[in-house]
Amino acid sequence: MTNDSGKPSTTTRRGALKTLAAGAGAASLPLWARYAQAQTSEPIRIGFQVHRTGIGAAYGRWYDRTTTAAVDMINAAGGINGRMVEILAEDDGTDPKRGAEVVEKFANQHNCDIGFGTLFSHVVIGSAPRAGELKLPYFVVSEGHHVASGMLNRYTLQPGITDVKSQVQAMAPFVSQNLGKKVTMIFPDFAFGHDHRDYFTAAIQEQGGEVVAQIAIPPTETSFTKYFPKIPRETEVVYHVMVGPAVLTFVKELGEFFGPSRPEMFGFIDSLEAVDMASPGLEFLEGTYFWEGNPRYAQTDQSEYDKLYRTAVGVDENGASVGDPKDISTYAHMFGCWETLYVIKAGMEAAGYQGPADRAKLIEAVEAITDMPHSNEHPQGTKLFNGKTHQVFGPQYISRVTDGKLIVVHTTSIEDTMYPDEVDYTTQPL
Amino acid sequence: MEIGPYLMLASLEGAVTAAVLALTAVGLSLVFGVMRVVNVAHGEFFMLGAVLAWWITSLIGGHPALGFAVALLVVPVLVGLLAAAADMTVLKRVAYDPERTIVATIGILYILQQVTLMTYGADARPVEPPFNTRLALPWVEFVGGKLQLYWPWGLSTTSYKLAVIGAAAGVLLGVWWGMTRTKVGLLMRATQMDRDMALAFGIPVERVYALVFGLGAGLAAMAAVLIVPIQQAHYLMGGDPLLLSFIVVIIGGLGSLPGTVVAAILIGLSDGIISVFFSPTLAKILATLLVALVLVFRPQGLFGVRRA
Repeated sequence: MTNDSGKPSTTTRRGALKTLAAGAGAASLPLWARYAQAQTSEPIRIGFQVHRTGIGAAYGRWYDRTTTAAVDMINAAGGINGRMVEILAEDDGTDPKRGAEVVEKFANQHNCDIGFGTLFSHVVIGSAPRAGELKLPYFVVSEGHHVASGMLNRYTLQPGITDVKSQVQAMAPFVSQNLGKKVTMIFPDFAFGHDHRDYFTAAIQEQGGEVVAQIAIPPTETSFTKYFPKIPRETEVVYHVMVGPAVLTFVKELGEFFGPSRPEMFGFIDSLEAVDMASPGLEFLEGTYFWEGNPRYAQTDQSEYDKLYRTAVGVDENGASVGDPKDISTYAHMFGCWETLYVIKAGMEAAGYQGPADRAKLIEAVEAITDMPHSNEHPQGTKLFNGKTHQVFGPQYISRVTDGKLIVVHTTSIEDTMYPDEVDYTTQPL
Repeated sequence: MEIGPYLMLASLEGAVTAAVLALTAVGLSLVFGVMRVVNVAHGEFFMLGAVLAWWITSLIGGHPALGFAVALLVVPVLVGLLAAAADMTVLKRVAYDPERTIVATIGILYILQQVTLMTYGADARPVEPPFNTRLALPWVEFVGGKLQLYWPWGLSTTSYKLAVIGAAAGVLLGVWWGMTRTKVGLLMRATQMDRDMALAFGIPVERVYALVFGLGAGLAAMAAVLIVPIQQAHYLMGGDPLLLSFIVVIIGGLGSLPGTVVAAILIGLSDGIISVFFSPTLAKILATLLVALVLVFRPQGLFGVRRA
């Protein structure tokens, strides 16, 4: 309820004075004094909007590590258009209002070329309009359907991670054919959860199933048992997706509620991202199914690309940090940062990007991208980008908990995830 | 789920909330009653209790019960000492002036929260319960005119949740005994009734204040140690307990221990039951509404004594 009360103030009087002084100093220099070789040696500055604190902190930590690894690799290979990439990270506290301020800082204070990296859907929705006004290309890694739904603007793109609508649409046939037709949904009560609610309900109806109850839980909630009696007795499948700091409590209490007589369960791995599958109280998950954006455990048919990506980010075969087996990654989501950065690189190279004056050219160049083959740049799988809706499409994984590990049992095709366009951003002026 | 088992589950969940809330709120009420200090940092002492419990249990290892037992004994003392130090270094310096103490405790709130964020980090971390058996609960139904027991889906609690209720009740009895039957309690009550007169009779009021502030924070920390195996330790977890404690203390009457306990049970149970039947947001709305009504019609609280 008062979770956002403890934000550190981003500006202090002293800090503001320093910035002013620095700004005045910089302005008084002749332009040539800064970079004698004009644009060529100046780094490309990517503003990284990261959830360091607040309910998205676990994701933020891993988005940060993935981004750092990808940028190191890009720079080691010569950067973008011969220029090094520099990341300017700003914490948004997983808060929409601060998100918009961070975008503003990127554009006006840090002189970033682009903004990048936002995950939580309410923060994206709060920040994207400002990015559009400032004409700052804003590459989100969010999963929300808000990009492809047409809610945002031409400057906001999601080229590195698939959206909820396509994910749930690809899951519905599996759920109805293998687990049951009567589904109770439990989801977080904000934009991302509402995408699940709306699009899965529609998708399962198409498969001849039905959603018998929809239980919305605030993402800041810390105790969950009180919500579970609303699960109707006739439920065959519990569909759960939860985010926030208390996800482990959520799943544990779900197990305690059902005891030995649980229905079938299908979860989005969000419910257990950054959580050790071996945590006490999770034993009941054995035999249940999870959607994974990218398989956390290295599978027997692991690709060369995943091997390289996993090593570069510092993740072991169980999806944990190489340095600390208790530090579990957000493996199903964070690949999006890696892939998005490579899309930015491809876009900037195609546009011959030189500086902020070329931002519109960059947008057009990314819109022109279509196929992204399975590669070191796209370790999660082959993807297809839709320049009109600014949304990428790709494979989805369904894993079963077997001996406490997530083993992939089904991989959907890109076609399973496609749906008709809802917007054509290319018709909007740049 | 049918109405009967539903209500029973809601009451059990509510009882756990009430138990923890009672401990936290009694701490807040004690501090206000004796010192007339509105401690806005109370929720952060709660949070600190949970975080330290995680730290101690992960430091000790071995059987989870061992680490938990140590945490239960050590953490409230540590937090209490920290609070007493804050009292002597901060609150005493502003002469316990009501307005300035509020501002000062807001400052303490942010310091504790941000130091935790900088050291412990932004993650929620679990503490393993010392014991945790799922107890399925039976319910009765009429089958062919005969009463018989059955086990409805989902009607269950855990042994640990029952233990939390028991432990909280025990600690509260201890506090009551301490306040009414011991010399220290007598000194506290004397200070509460009239600070100047107590001082005139040679009661070391400043030391009593430090003790009470430490005790209040220690109770919040104890509540947090009890709840942390059910929830998780997180640097932002102090917000809700603070708000609910204020609600409880206002309804029960500032400074009245029995009033605080009764109000905690009222709020905890109604929160459990209303959340289960309607929505958790409605439960919070009704609790806040109740506060408004109490403030309008009975400003001293249900059990408070009107002061001249």
